[in-house]
Amino acid sequence: MGEKEIDNRFSRFGTVSFTSITKVNDFINYLEQGKIMGTRCKTCGERFFPPRADCCKSLDGNMEWLEVTGYGILQTFSTLYYAPAGFETDLPYTIAVVDFGSCKVFGQLDPAIDAKSLQIGMKLKIAVHKLNEKQLIYRFQEVQ
Amino acid sequence: MGKVGIIGVGQSRFVRSFRGSIRELAFEAFSEAMQDAALSTKDINASIICSAPEYDKQRSPSAVLAEYFGLNPQPTCYVESLCSSGTTGIRLAYSLVQSGLHDVVLVAGFQKMSEITSAESQERMGRGADIQWEAPFGTMMPAYYALHAQAHMTRYGTTLYDLAQIRIKSAHYGAQNDKAMIRQTLTMDAFVNPESKFTNPIASPLRMGDCCANADGASCVIVANEEKAKAFSRKPIWILGLGSATASVNMAGRNDFSGLAAAVEAGKQAYHMARVEPKDIDVAEVHDCFTIAELMAYENLGFAKPGEGAALIRAKETYAEGIIPVNVDGGLLSKGHPIGATGGSQVRTIVLQLRGEAGAAQVEDASIGLVHNIGGVGIYANVMILGRE
Repeated sequence: MGEKEIDNRFSRFGTVSFTSITKVNDFINYLEQGKIMGTRCKTCGERFFPPRADCCKSLDGNMEWLEVTGYGILQTFSTLYYAPAGFETDLPYTIAVVDFGSCKVFGQLDPAIDAKSLQIGMKLKIAVHKLNEKQLIYRFQEVQ
Repeated sequence: MGKVGIIGVGQSRFVRSFRGSIRELAFEAFSEAMQDAALSTKDINASIICSAPEYDKQRSPSAVLAEYFGLNPQPTCYVESLCSSGTTGIRLAYSLVQSGLHDVVLVAGFQKMSEITSAESQERMGRGADIQWEAPFGTMMPAYYALHAQAHMTRYGTTLYDLAQIRIKSAHYGAQNDKAMIRQTLTMDAFVNPESKFTNPIASPLRMGDCCANADGASCVIVANEEKAKAFSRKPIWILGLGSATASVNMAGRNDFSGLAAAVEAGKQAYHMARVEPKDIDVAEVHDCFTIAELMAYENLGFAKPGEGAALIRAKETYAEGIIPVNVDGGLLSKGHPIGATGGSQVRTIVLQLRGEAGAAQVEDASIGLVHNIGGVGIYANVMILGRE
């Protein structure tokens, strides 16, 4: 990328992104590869999701990327029937918090899951989803 | 250290759409508080203006309001902590007075939400949380509280019926409050009849009846040191305890969704400073932006043990005649929730209760009151304990 070019990769995150430039822009490239990545401080070992560029414990930015893998446990969820501006055509959709052990992740549920079948404590996995040519997101999916 | 007292309170009517500008809206509360305290503008040493940005177009509203109030050349500043901005302003006024920097500080909160649509307003509220990692999923405030409601229901067996009881209480007292936006009493029929708008799903498990409404409104609270409070006021109400805390903005940073950790922490600080316990509170105003928020407040403030908040409302113990009267002015659910004005409105209600001037909803011989004012979904929490002595 040339020096004068603006690296606004993060504008590709989600249905509507409200941030375009961040030090963790590489998150988007990982999404393109089908990976959902957090970060880990190489100095103190603290893990972060969402990924952070800076560690508030060791006060440095010596970070490495680490993939969120395996199964998580559904902590809580809500299905939206009313949407904020910009999300009206997505309705209804379900947001959730899932605990993957080493980190918790906030996100949306795969619309293929019947919301009536949801139960706190159930197992879910996480996967990248392409909303369109440009926008990328991650969603929680059923464990078959 | 001397005491710090509240010597004047005022509030505009909370309405769906105020026919005037923000300075005119704020003036309604300002003039009422000034008349209540019988002060003139030269008696005010500084002002603090509280609201959440992006509902109206005015940047830096503190200067505009200070001018309109006739409070030049006294210093002013703008304070923001989302829906808890008003009590954050009062906390700062307390410290300005207690430090000796000023004798009398005026705190005015306002919000004119009707300048944008409801969907735009929800987008703003969603952006009051984590815009980088959560808003791209389509978040809004009812959904954040719904995550907590779902967890509370699953963990403790709380039901939609319990939540409806909170709204019914709110409606009962809202009908008596001439400053409230919604003044219609409700019965359980509104929550079981599928034709009723209150059963419309918003963000499961929360329904329309569980949610407060956007409103336009303003509030004003005048804070003074002990000497001035005694000189100016026959019935000063003293700030006995202040607690304030924060919690993770991103939901991924939370360990428990059946309560608000920041409210628990702020409550502990306020009880400690005031040297009182939950059982000593005669009347409380809690931040019921949603029915579940009031239920969690019962537990987070120690009025009920965790999981036992529903039992309190089922037994009607939070009505004016109960063990711990809560939101007997109709709360946010009936008054409406003009973000920056809400905290000051809650404080006004408790001040009137402790003065014995609360009208039909007066709690008999109330001497210690509590205010619980939350910003975002427990991102910010302020708890304040007020007393007659």
